[in-house]
Amino acid sequence: MSSIDVARVKADFPILKRVVNGHPLVFLDSAASAQKPIQVLEAMDRLARESYANVHRGVYTIAEEASAKFEASRAAVARFIGAPSTREVIFLRNATEAINLVAYSWARSNLVEGDAIVLTEMEHHANVVPWLMLAEERGIELRWAPITSDFVLDLDGLDELLHNAKLLAVTASSNVLGTINDIPLLVQAAHAAGALVLVDACQSVPHLVTDITAWDADFVAFSAHKMLGPSGIGALWARSELLEAMPPFLGGGEMIRDVTKTGFTTNELPWKFEAGTPAITEAIGWHAAIDYLEDLGMDNVRAHEVSITDYALGALEANFEDRITIYGPRDPAARGSAVSFLLQEIHAHDVSQVLDEYGVCVRAGHHCAKPLMRVLGVPATSRASFYIYNDEDDVDALVSALKNAEKFFAI
Amino acid sequence: MSGLEDLYREIILDHYRAPRNRGELPVPPAVKSEGFNPLCGDEVVLYLDVDDGVVTDLKIAGQGCSISQASTSMMSAAVKGKTIAEVRQLTRAFKALMSIHESKLEGEQDGSDLEDDLKGVRLGDLEALQGVVKFPVRIKCATLAWNTLIQGLDEAT
Repeated sequence: MSSIDVARVKADFPILKRVVNGHPLVFLDSAASAQKPIQVLEAMDRLARESYANVHRGVYTIAEEASAKFEASRAAVARFIGAPSTREVIFLRNATEAINLVAYSWARSNLVEGDAIVLTEMEHHANVVPWLMLAEERGIELRWAPITSDFVLDLDGLDELLHNAKLLAVTASSNVLGTINDIPLLVQAAHAAGALVLVDACQSVPHLVTDITAWDADFVAFSAHKMLGPSGIGALWARSELLEAMPPFLGGGEMIRDVTKTGFTTNELPWKFEAGTPAITEAIGWHAAIDYLEDLGMDNVRAHEVSITDYALGALEANFEDRITIYGPRDPAARGSAVSFLLQEIHAHDVSQVLDEYGVCVRAGHHCAKPLMRVLGVPATSRASFYIYNDEDDVDALVSALKNAEKFFAI
Repeated sequence: MSGLEDLYREIILDHYRAPRNRGELPVPPAVKSEGFNPLCGDEVVLYLDVDDGVVTDLKIAGQGCSISQASTSMMSAAVKGKTIAEVRQLTRAFKALMSIHESKLEGEQDGSDLEDDLKGVRLGDLEALQGVVKFPVRIKCATLAWNTLIQGLDEAT
C-alpha cells in the first residue's frame, strides 16, 4: 500500500490531464524538473493579482505584503531543510548559481595554487564545471572519488583523496544512478582532514527528509523546480560564519548597506548575496510547494518513492531480463527514484522518441554528467524518474511503451 | 504509430540495421573527419578518399541513434563516386530538405538563387529523411553526417 493517495495527488496537477499523441501524459522526468500542483500555480497567480510589488523597498501596503510573503518563503525553506537560521538561506536562481557563488566568493578568496578539491565521479556538471573553471584559473588540483561496480562511492581511498584537500564537493543523490550518498559520513571524513563540504542536494531535498544540521556540511545547494516549485529560484544554505567572511558575489541593489562614489558596504545576511530584484513570484510559488510537500509529509514521500522504485526495478527486470541494463543500486532503500537504463543496443534517443508516441516522458542523453557516462562506458542512457504523482500504472505504461520500442527497432 | 513511421521510414531502419560502407581507410591518403552531437552523444567518423576532384571512396565509423547512423549510411551511398561540386550541391539540397532556413543562413547565395540551384538535384532515397523535419530535436542527428562530410572535404581540398 502506498503511503500517498496518488490519485488525489494526480488530481492536483493540471498538466497530468494532458493528452499527448492520443495518450494520457505519463510524466517520468521529475529528476530534470517536477510538475506544479494547482496550489503552487494559484499562489503565484494570487500574488500577481493582489500583492505584487518589489520587495524590501516600498513603504506602501502591497510592497509590505510582498516583502513579508517573500521572507515567509525563506523561513519555509529554512524550516524544510532544518536550517538553524533564515540568515543562512540565500535565494538565488538555482543550485547551479549557488555552487558558482561558492566557487567565486568562497573558493577564490580562500584557495591558492596547488590546493586540492575532491569531487566524485557521479557529480552533475553543475558541481564539476565551476571547479574546472577554478582549477584552470588558479592551478587548483581536482581529485575524483571513484564509484564501484555497484554504483556507490568507493570509500576505500577517501582519506587519501581528502588529505590536505580544502573542499569536498559531493552530491547527496546522483541524478543518473539514484545512489544516495552517506553525507554525515563524508562530512566527518572531510572535516577530519580539514576540508569543507559542499553538498549538491538537488536530488535529495525534493525526495528525502532533510536535516542539514545532522549533515554538518558547510554549503548546501538546491533548486525549487525539482520540488514542485517554479524554475528561476533556488537556494544556497551555508554556515553564517562562512557567509560573514566571504566577499559578495554579484554587486547591485539589495546587497548593499551604503554606496558612495568611491565605495560600498555590504548588507547583512542573507541579502548580502542577493543583488538585484529577486525571483519574487517564484519565491511565493516555492513556499506553496513546500507547504504541499509538508502536508503529504516527507516520510510519506520517501516511502512512496521507495515503493514505486521497487515496483519499477522489478517490472523492468521481469519484462526485459538480460535485454536491459540498469545503471544504479538494486536496493530501492539505498537509492532515489531516478532509474537509468539501456534497452538492448537501442540508442536512448530512439527509445525516448518511441515512448513519446505513447505520451511517456523520459529523459534521454548524458544527464549533464558526462564524466560519469564515460566511467559507465556509454554515450547516453534513458532515465525514468518517479515522484509523488506517479503510480504503478505509470510504470506499466513505461514497460508497455518500451516493449513497442523493442519491437520497432528489432535487429 | 503514424508519426513514428513518418520519422523511422523502412529504408531508414534498413540503413540503421545494415549500415553501408562501414570501416576505415588508411590515413593518408584518406582524410579522417569526426563529428559529434555533444547533447546526445552521436558520433560520426568519416574516411574520405578524394582523387582529382572526385570522392572515390569513403568509409564510416562511429555510434549513435538510428537517425544519425542511418543518415550517415545513406549519405555514404549517395556521395560515393560524385565530384566535389556535386557533393556540395547535394549537401545543400539535403540541408534544404531538413530546413531551408539553415541553408539560407549558411549558403553563399540568397534564397531564390539557392532554390534554383537545387531544382535539378535528385535526392533519391535521402528524401526518406524528410520526416525528421517534424521532430526538430532530431534534425541535428540527420545533418551530423553531412556537416562532418563538408568538414572532411574542406580538409581534403
